[in-house]
Amino acid sequence: MGHALTSEQAADRTLFLQLDEHDHEAGGSTLLGFWIYLMSDCLIFAVLFATYGVLGGNYAAGPGPKDLFDLSLVALNTTMLLLSSMTYGFAMLSSYRKKVAATQVWLLITGLFGLAFLSIELYEFAHMIHEGATPQRSAFLSAFFTLVGTHGLHVTFGIVWLVTLMFQIGRHGLTKANARRLACLSLFWHFLDVIWIGVFTFVYLMGMLR
Amino acid sequence: MSAHDHASDHEAGLVHGEEPHGTLKEYLTGFILSVILTAIPFYLLMGEVSWSKQTIALTIVVLAAVQMVVHMVYFLHMTPKSEDGWTLTSLVFTLILVVITLAGSLWVMYHMDTNMMPKHEVSQPR
Repeated sequence: MGHALTSEQAADRTLFLQLDEHDHEAGGSTLLGFWIYLMSDCLIFAVLFATYGVLGGNYAAGPGPKDLFDLSLVALNTTMLLLSSMTYGFAMLSSYRKKVAATQVWLLITGLFGLAFLSIELYEFAHMIHEGATPQRSAFLSAFFTLVGTHGLHVTFGIVWLVTLMFQIGRHGLTKANARRLACLSLFWHFLDVIWIGVFTFVYLMGMLR
Repeated sequence: MSAHDHASDHEAGLVHGEEPHGTLKEYLTGFILSVILTAIPFYLLMGEVSWSKQTIALTIVVLAAVQMVVHMVYFLHMTPKSEDGWTLTSLVFTLILVVITLAGSLWVMYHMDTNMMPKHEVSQPR
């Protein structure tokens, strides 16, 4: 028969599609929409990575990556973010089993790992600025602080969202809306970890090779 | 054929309503793979490895790419079928833009830089 439709079948099909179009669950497209937001966020990071790639070698006779970066600190930071990704997964698993307290505890642990990551990053920034390696010092440092700072800002907002959800779940339980919010934050949190892979590879590790 | 289409559409509709679920095994597998894929590049730079810079750079870039895929599969639960394929479509579109942005910027700016470099003969007054 092939793919050609008779007019009767075409009419039948059209009717079916029209009926189906109206059968949308509330919030049913939220996850896809949020994914598309993340893709646009990915483009922001692509531009910041490109900027860093272009300017990353212009030290203006100032300090370079080898003078500034401490790889053991970066390794510790990466571990924090990786652990938080896994514990967020455990929070999701608890939420599927409708265990409110367990979900909250895993969210709390995830948040603490996130805070540890931010603290280490801020310590690194403070240390660099104290040594005179401020964003104004060179094009390399401007690009570095913008890229890594934007990632850190995302983690900060992720933690704010995470704490908000902990209270939401405590007050309203694991309702359908809250489960959807948890799934969105899950995408956000794991996405930030993917971006961090790019940061530690191209900024820190490649920086030490320059 | 038409009836079959209806059935598969309906099935897709049901899957569509369900969020992609991960399992404990998936999260643990993803975590262990990530730890390995992170540890190797850090060891290459922090340990005393006598590889050439080019080899190390190439290795860590490949490992980063693999780790990104691991995160996509085990943490973000991406499959070609999620959201009727729209997640993957938007991801591929974004990746094309990312590659154009990165490769284009680096390529153009590298050549600009080379061409704008003041040559000593030119800058010295005659």
